[in-house]
Amino acid sequence: MALGRLALGTVGASRRVSLQRGLLFLCALVLLLLSEAVEPLGASGSPGGAGDSSGGSHGLQKGCEADVTKSKHPTNRTKKPFPVLSFDYEHVKTPFEISLWVLLASLMKLGFHLIPRLSSIVPESCLLIVVGLLVGGLIKVVGETPPVLDSQVFFLFLLPPIILDAGYFLPIRPFSENLGTILMFAVVGTLWNSFFMGGLLYGVCQIKGTDLNTVNLLACLLFGSIISAVDPVAVLAVFEEIHINELLHILVFGESLLNDAVTVVLYHLFEEYAGVGSVSILDVFLGVVCFLVVALGGVLVGAFYGILAAFTSRFTSHTRVIEPLFVFVYSYMAYLSAEVFHLSGIMALIACGAVMRPYVEANISHKSHTTIKYFLKMWSSVSETLIFIFLGVSTVAGNHSWNWTFVTVTIILCLVSRVLGVVGLTYVINKFRIVKLTTKDQFIVAYGGLRGAIAFSLGYLLDKSHFPMRDMFLTAIITVIFFTVFVQGMTIRPLVDLLAVKKKQETKRSINEEIHTQFLDHLLTGIEDICGHYGHHHWKDKLNRFNKKYVKKCLIAGERSKEPQLIAFYHKMEMKQAIELVESGGGVKLPSAVPSTVSMQNIQPKKPPSDRAIPQISKGREEEIRKILRNNLQKTRQRLRSYNRHTLVADPYEDGWNDLLFKRQKLMEIEKKMSKMSNYLTVPAAAPDSPTLSRARLASATYVLQKIVYPQAYSSKPTSDDLPTIKVDLASPQSPDSVNLVNEFQKAATQNDPDDDGGLVMKVPFADKDQGEQDNKKEQQRLMRCLSDPGPGGDEEEDEPFLP
Amino acid sequence: MGTSLSAPDQDDDFEDLAARTGFSLEQIGNLHKRFKHLTNNQSTLRRENFDSVTDLMWNPIRSEIIEAFFDTRNFQPGGTGSVREITFEEFLIVMSHFRPPELNMTSEQRESLRTKKLRFLFNMYDKDNDGKITLQEYRHVVEELLSRSGTIGKDTAKDIADAAMLEVASITVVHMEPDEFYEGITFEHFVKILKDIEIESKMYVRFLNMDTTTLCK
Repeated sequence: MALGRLALGTVGASRRVSLQRGLLFLCALVLLLLSEAVEPLGASGSPGGAGDSSGGSHGLQKGCEADVTKSKHPTNRTKKPFPVLSFDYEHVKTPFEISLWVLLASLMKLGFHLIPRLSSIVPESCLLIVVGLLVGGLIKVVGETPPVLDSQVFFLFLLPPIILDAGYFLPIRPFSENLGTILMFAVVGTLWNSFFMGGLLYGVCQIKGTDLNTVNLLACLLFGSIISAVDPVAVLAVFEEIHINELLHILVFGESLLNDAVTVVLYHLFEEYAGVGSVSILDVFLGVVCFLVVALGGVLVGAFYGILAAFTSRFTSHTRVIEPLFVFVYSYMAYLSAEVFHLSGIMALIACGAVMRPYVEANISHKSHTTIKYFLKMWSSVSETLIFIFLGVSTVAGNHSWNWTFVTVTIILCLVSRVLGVVGLTYVINKFRIVKLTTKDQFIVAYGGLRGAIAFSLGYLLDKSHFPMRDMFLTAIITVIFFTVFVQGMTIRPLVDLLAVKKKQETKRSINEEIHTQFLDHLLTGIEDICGHYGHHHWKDKLNRFNKKYVKKCLIAGERSKEPQLIAFYHKMEMKQAIELVESGGGVKLPSAVPSTVSMQNIQPKKPPSDRAIPQISKGREEEIRKILRNNLQKTRQRLRSYNRHTLVADPYEDGWNDLLFKRQKLMEIEKKMSKMSNYLTVPAAAPDSPTLSRARLASATYVLQKIVYPQAYSSKPTSDDLPTIKVDLASPQSPDSVNLVNEFQKAATQNDPDDDGGLVMKVPFADKDQGEQDNKKEQQRLMRCLSDPGPGGDEEEDEPFLP
Repeated sequence: MGTSLSAPDQDDDFEDLAARTGFSLEQIGNLHKRFKHLTNNQSTLRRENFDSVTDLMWNPIRSEIIEAFFDTRNFQPGGTGSVREITFEEFLIVMSHFRPPELNMTSEQRESLRTKKLRFLFNMYDKDNDGKITLQEYRHVVEELLSRSGTIGKDTAKDIADAAMLEVASITVVHMEPDEFYEGITFEHFVKILKDIEIESKMYVRFLNMDTTTLCK
């Protein structure tokens, strides 16, 4: 993507790029050395710590002593020169090191993408592991012990962001459609893998000749359960680069998320009883019960926190700045609460994110939505990078006990059991599926079963006293991880191309598809009802109705609780178009996916010939309007040129010059008022002519322009003021429930002095009359939410919840 | 085929129907039981019989669905207009539009199945049978979809329908002069805009795939 451009563009400037790259690596190297230099200094306060400590440490040493003596004997203060510059690393040691690691990880990530062709061949995870290996090696060479990936840090800090990101943006529709398949793979597949591998490994261990006789059955089974779980981090890291179709993605990814419950139960079960040496039937039964408790409990905990978060977000309309915080903190609390009871934290996190998302998104502002999205992506990205680097470092750091037999058998068994499991399960599953899984699909699912850091961390948690062969296990785990990530990760992309697996479709969801999908849903529900069969659609419809009737009213603030999905979708699209329009500076054409010359006038049925008289008036009016707007907008000339006088057909309701003149007056008043409006949003008022302000002004003026220039511009609704009013529309032609800005300005003029800092005022309208008022309120909310966020550029990924 | 199915002839008729519609005998038996239940043991189905299906009351496109059963275009090639009552055979033919694709279908068979289903959908939109979905018809459909939302729906429905129509025109007839008028969505345009949704896999009712009636997903 950006690489290609970079590659092409920097052919001429390759020297500059290599210079940049060199600088980057030099920078990273300096950071590395710095980190090693400060570690010994911090770790050992005594002189002669590490060999390369500079002479400054001795000076520091003396200073320390002097300070100590000073504090102990305040009365015997000998006069010393005041320490202008002192060095005290100890008290910032931990945050400093953490920041250094994060910085290193991010710089590495930057570096990879600057190298043109590397990212397209080697997946990022591989590169990061290699970097980790290098860094670990470097640290070891220097003489320090490299840090090992601490399981506590991993499970509490590194894993949750990735899972939350996945859960929050989980595409619910394909997930729920394929839930049966995913559960089969996750539960039955993982069980099969664990027992198959554990059993066969035990068999191999019993063979005379290998010195593995100490490994008993339970330890083997435990090892099997650790190594058989497909890892979501690794899967995400590799799959997001190959862009396969949605079905396969959700199958493998869903499996990697849901098998956490199984892994947790098996791990604890075998760990508990491996010391004892035997498992009874009761224990097995309890294990099954435990599995259900772990899985369902995790989901319930997550759903509970999700509902809490949704409910909280209902009241945040006055404190928009901390909205993202609620999302993050509630989710993290869900994870931690689940971990307290040894329930499945991953499932809790997924449930929390998936449950809260529709309600939270209806309540929060656009800025908060963007914030949440980018923070989640950022954190998950950094986490992932750190995890892979630490995997590499831990490989160098750990004690290894290499046993050829064990390791090779493990790798072979992993592959074999995975393939067998997938094939066998697919055979059964295809009996129940409509869209059957083909052989190609099965191959990708089997090949995409990557292992990752979760397996390593679980292995690391093993107690050495109970499991003397822990080091051997760890070595084997790391080898398997390396194998899957490097070999499978690197080859899956050419294999996908080779097998011509269907790729992800890049098309945006159009309003037509939305309409027809909804239509189809209702149709199928109807047919099911006629057949008397309570099927899939029937229950989904019931759930939707329940959701609409009770849940939405509780959890969504204000008018939006009644907004049906189609309208919400439509508004989202409108908003996007408006933002695109503003950002392109009101260029010649509305930027759209399909360049075409079709516009609204082609759709509207032909006007009866009696309206032919009107265009004459409209031409004159067009000139006046053009003059007015020219004073406030740039580039109107370009836009107006593409329309002809047919587009300014007036509304059949209006007649007579009086209304016309009045309208012109109103228009001028609008322009005047807009320049005096102030910003009432939580963000402090922008300075005049700041980009925010001019963009907002451009936006609002563009709205006026669009309204005027599109046909049926002046649909006047009879208001109780008995003045025909000009409606300002939100970038869509003919929307009668649009903001009655003129009324607003009248009220504004009479009731408040507008502040003179410049900006855009979006006040909540005063309590007035009837339904027109309700529309206004709704529009106000919308307008406030819309204009409070100029919108990030290129925010096309709203509809595509997978990681970019 | 006779319109009345008496017991001794039933099995033969069922076999014939099975061959024509592709259902299995057991499925036809189940549907026949349902038909009898809906019609109170009469031989023909009328619009009023659908009132007994209470869940259908919640459905926003209820009238379109019921009309689809009585629309001759759906069970007679080249038919026009609607009838007042239908037989079991015609009921079955309408139901056969919701059969899922089989595993061993060739791509041409899939294409024809998809066209058949899309045609059914198209007929539901195009009520006056002029071969295209006009803006009015489209607006009507969108209004019905939003009809459960009260007054909010009515006003925005027109906008949505307009925007959707614009989109169809932009995709199918890419260049139009300002004076030209886009009459309506023809069947080819309809197929084109929906080609990304795999209709043949999405438009099915599971009941018709199972041999047992009680197995849910």
